[in-house]
Amino acid sequence: MKCQHCDKQAVFHITELESGSVRELHLCEDHARSYLNQSEVAAAAADEEAEGKPKGGGLTGPLGVGQTADELALLDQRSCEMCGITFFEFRNQGRLGCPHDYAQFEKELEPLIANIHGATEHTGRRPDRGPGGLPEGTEELTAVIGLRRGMKEAIGREDYEQAREQRDAIRAIEERWLGGAGTAAQGGP
Amino acid sequence: MRLESLTQSIGEWLRGTGPESDIVMSSRVRLARNVAHFPFVSRASEQDRADVERLLRERIAATPLGKGLEYIDVGRLEEIDRQFLVERQLISREHAEAQGARGVAIDRMEQVSLMINEEDHLRIQCMHSGLDLKAAWEQIRAVDDQIGTLVPYAFHPRFGYLTACPTNVGTGIRVSVMLHLPALVITRQIDKVFRSLHKISLAVRGLYGEGSQAMGDFYQISNQTTLGRTEEELLEQVGDVVPVLIDYERRAREFLVRETQQNVHDQVSRAYGILRTAQTISAEETMQLLSRVRMGVLLGLIGDVKIADINTLLVRTQPAHLQKLRGVELDTNDRNIERARYLRHHFEGGGTAGSSVN
Ligand SMILES: [Zn+2]
Ligand SMILES: [Zn+2]
Repeated sequence: MKCQHCDKQAVFHITELESGSVRELHLCEDHARSYLNQSEVAAAAADEEAEGKPKGGGLTGPLGVGQTADELALLDQRSCEMCGITFFEFRNQGRLGCPHDYAQFEKELEPLIANIHGATEHTGRRPDRGPGGLPEGTEELTAVIGLRRGMKEAIGREDYEQAREQRDAIRAIEERWLGGAGTAAQGGP
Repeated sequence: MRLESLTQSIGEWLRGTGPESDIVMSSRVRLARNVAHFPFVSRASEQDRADVERLLRERIAATPLGKGLEYIDVGRLEEIDRQFLVERQLISREHAEAQGARGVAIDRMEQVSLMINEEDHLRIQCMHSGLDLKAAWEQIRAVDDQIGTLVPYAFHPRFGYLTACPTNVGTGIRVSVMLHLPALVITRQIDKVFRSLHKISLAVRGLYGEGSQAMGDFYQISNQTTLGRTEEELLEQVGDVVPVLIDYERRAREFLVRETQQNVHDQVSRAYGILRTAQTISAEETMQLLSRVRMGVLLGLIGDVKIADINTLLVRTQPAHLQKLRGVELDTNDRNIERARYLRHHFEGGGTAGSSVN
């Protein structure tokens, strides 16, 4: 049997339990080493965190194959500009924080997505935004998540000028995408 | 909606009609969708969840389809009522056990269910009796289009529809077919069949059961990947393998009748006998025995039972259904006694499953 990441002979056969399903890994010596290395990093990090979250529930397996432990530790600390989730938190929980994560961690998610699906390009249905000039991708609207966070922080430090600016920005985007039925329309400062 | 009104019907997936319904229980398609301007559910604040719930509830109600839907505030339901919806496959176990604002909109036929704030903001599900993936797909596509014009779903030009878990990204589609495969279980071929399914990246799950041990020989086959192929290609991937499984099961049933007629007849008759006479019986045993009787009826070994009745019993002997039919809460022991009573009454009367408990 061949290694699932290269053409070499697979010498390690690993069975992983993740999110309730069994996954089999067949790896050559090199790929097995980097795989085991990075699972150890994840395990060590999880112990440090000591939040009592169940281990092995995350998508720890195929991530960062070929990356060193140092690179991975650095990557783990990176966080999403919008929702604030760190890559480590995602690895631990197996759930992303918000739609922007796919852009924020695009490079890191790509090998993971390729491993799960055997592809990285969506070929199915696409949203029909109709006339009105809205783009297909929703990055602009997702930015509202970050603005909302910024607004709350501004209110927290009593910077109402800043908070009002954030609120107006949210309103403008929501008006464009949702026709004025957004969250800022009801509440806000 | 009063959930009590649902106890009088059995729901689409157990209707026992549709193509190949001797083996295929139901065909189901679900789509995972998220609203672009909120964090995914697991990272959403209480306020976020409430906002998402209200936005989706209101906009779904504003679609043409919305008029035919009933909305249930799952967050406010008693545990037994949430369990009841799980038993009918209208919400998932995860949705029942989750926290915070959440709900489900269902149509009167119980074919369409829209779960709000499950793992994703929106999970649309369409279920049809028997083997009819095309009907389920066409229906869900229409539902998705209607909601999609009013709600900006999170979308990435390259990764497609964005989901909380990367395993669902792209199309967000899960195509499943629920099969009753008792003869493949009895002839010990089931593991071999499933190993070959895994090779073509299809997933197999038992009904209600956790892990590989399926309760009552009911198995669900579904696609494992959601990205890189179109929805139609994924429908085909699952749809193409079902006739093969049907053929295997039919041949196994023929083999059982031909080679082990006495044995099978004995097994089926004993199962039927226990169901008609037991004084206390668990949900698991009931399902196992009903599965055998169901096969016996289809093989012509039991004459006086209708398939639709067995399907009805499969759902009505589940814990929450039993308690709602009885109108009182019962502990496990009392449920087992009540279940046996319900089964005896049903079979003694030779009656239809529609007959009342009292
Ligand atoms: Zn290798
Ligand atoms: Zn994020």
